[in-house]
Amino acid sequence: MKKKLIRILVALSLFIVIFTVDKVINLNNLFAGDLGFILPLCLYLAVYLLVGYDVVWKAFRNIIHGQVLDENFLMVIATFGAFGLAIFRGVTGQSVDGFDEACAVLLFYQIGEWLQKYATGKSRNSIAHLMDLCPDYANLIQDNKVIKVDPSEVTIGALIVVNPGEKIPLDGVVIEGSSELDTKSLTGESLPRMVKVDDEVLSGCVNLTSQIKVRVTKVFYDSTASKILDLVENAAMKKSKSENFITKFARYYTPIVIVSAVVLALSLGLITGNWGTSLYRSLNFLVVSCPCALVISVPLSFFVSLGVASKMGILIKGSNYIEKLAKTNVFLFDKTGTLTKGNFAITAVEPSGKRDEILHLAAIAEKSSSHPIARAIISAYGRNIEEEYLLTNVAGKGVVATKNKETIYCGNAQLLESYNIEFTPIESIGTIVYVALNQTYVGCIVIQDEIKPESSETLKALSAIPANTVMLTGDNQSVSAKVANDLGMTTYHANLLPEDKVSVIEKYLSTSKNSGSICFVGDGINDAPALTRADIGISMGKIGSDAALEAADIVLVQDHLHGIVTARKLAKRTMHIVHENIVFSILVKVGILTLSAFGFANMWMAIFGDVGVALLAILNAFRVTKKLH
Amino acid sequence: MTKVFRLKDLDCANCAAKMEHCLSKIDAINHVSVNFMTQKMVIDANENEFESVMQEVVKVCKKIEPDCKIVM
Repeated sequence: MKKKLIRILVALSLFIVIFTVDKVINLNNLFAGDLGFILPLCLYLAVYLLVGYDVVWKAFRNIIHGQVLDENFLMVIATFGAFGLAIFRGVTGQSVDGFDEACAVLLFYQIGEWLQKYATGKSRNSIAHLMDLCPDYANLIQDNKVIKVDPSEVTIGALIVVNPGEKIPLDGVVIEGSSELDTKSLTGESLPRMVKVDDEVLSGCVNLTSQIKVRVTKVFYDSTASKILDLVENAAMKKSKSENFITKFARYYTPIVIVSAVVLALSLGLITGNWGTSLYRSLNFLVVSCPCALVISVPLSFFVSLGVASKMGILIKGSNYIEKLAKTNVFLFDKTGTLTKGNFAITAVEPSGKRDEILHLAAIAEKSSSHPIARAIISAYGRNIEEEYLLTNVAGKGVVATKNKETIYCGNAQLLESYNIEFTPIESIGTIVYVALNQTYVGCIVIQDEIKPESSETLKALSAIPANTVMLTGDNQSVSAKVANDLGMTTYHANLLPEDKVSVIEKYLSTSKNSGSICFVGDGINDAPALTRADIGISMGKIGSDAALEAADIVLVQDHLHGIVTARKLAKRTMHIVHENIVFSILVKVGILTLSAFGFANMWMAIFGDVGVALLAILNAFRVTKKLH
Repeated sequence: MTKVFRLKDLDCANCAAKMEHCLSKIDAINHVSVNFMTQKMVIDANENEFESVMQEVVKVCKKIEPDCKIVM
């Protein structure tokens, strides 16, 4: 790479010197006589060979392999042709020019190639920074000694030590010590995360402050770091429609341009009899005939975009999803765990004056239940719960707890009705747990799932696109209506089983066939079928959840809904740039071809049509990295 | 069976597209994707034919881009 740069720079400076001298004193006339053109020819040819001997060699080799439409070959034909034309004019005693052009074509072609390589290498690096996730070793504890081993040799259940400054090599649970972790390379989140004993740690995080001991829970190939790497590395395998269009276009473009070059040379030559001019114009065609600008700029734009997204903790599994996301006009959301926190909290106790007593009684009754609602009551009570109650579960209604002559009733309205206890029903959104003691009603507890703080803002941003936002949930009508209304969603579907979600998605898919894409956002664990069925599945699963990584097309590592808005903006911008590049490159090329055909464009313009356009398209592609607002 | 191969010195985007096009014509290959940006090639072919397929793949790639090496 560096060697080639030096070669190009040397050739470029030589070219500039020769070119200036030539223009000032006209090298042709330095030696009088008919063969005066030989001096500039030799000088330009020397620069030509210095900068492009490898191109000439490749062209020659590719002809042997039968690759006639190879870009090296086309460049060599165009430049040799230009040299040949100039020599012909020299020999026949006409005014000689054109050596400079022929030399410049190859010189700028090489500069362009070098810059293309540099640009693609640079964007590859941005993906390669993810490689930093990969740990080099693990400090395994074996026979009371710490030994350094390859992470792939460590088995589940083994104990490892992670020192400050080291990467966590494998997923596991902290069993000793506490520390702060830098999760930036996984999530893009720069705030360090505190971990203590019993906390889960993920591979790829960097231990910042103090030594921790970790029990390994996943082998290397299942651990988060290698999964994410795998995902990002294979991301570019799923190609978008734009990429496929452009490669197809390229396949026809080159042969068509070459055939028209031949037709142009022959017909113009036959009509005007001026073979020199007609040949020159068709050589111009060959210079513009390489479709590289197009073929490189489109995948590069997508690739840069995937890199930008992964830096922000948004993993996109292929450029086709960027394309689809930019067209999405219906966003379907799972409720629990996605729009809401998924942990139930007590929002009210009625009457509030008897809060302690009510919670106390309810906690006794719900003591042995593992239902989230029971857990919410017990954690809200937060004290030791008396034992020795006989707990009877009344299916679908609640629990009855008895000890001596005391009986506690805890459950829904039906429970109290079935025991003929008088109570005042409460009109409230959420799950209501009524509590009664010895046939007398004491009060009730209202329990609700909490809406995530960012949900409302995210949905507002999506509605402003404009897009429809729809909530799909297994929860009941009144709760769903309340949440959907609070968040300003377009509509909602309640009482859905997981398979019903799929059929609702299918309904949306069939109505929106050509107008846009359907995106489903879920937490990935029980939503796998829905995630797969929608055009795009976005999972909010926290990292480490395999189901989320596998079923979804886009993974929000940070478990923050706003990532959807960011991803959508990025996708929009990427598609905008891709379209710009396609239209711009094709227009310039066709324009230059037309001008060449009518003799208005010289070889300098043709060089711009090839190299210049490619570089502008690449620079444009890098606009994807501009900060999103 | 799907296998991923790293491509060394794959220098031109158009060559990658050409390779993909030519490889997709090989009957025994169900699906092939050559990616210039990641310098990788994914080949999906029947397991028992894979070795003979790979020989052909190497031949085709060599013809289109002699500098490019498939890292096995």
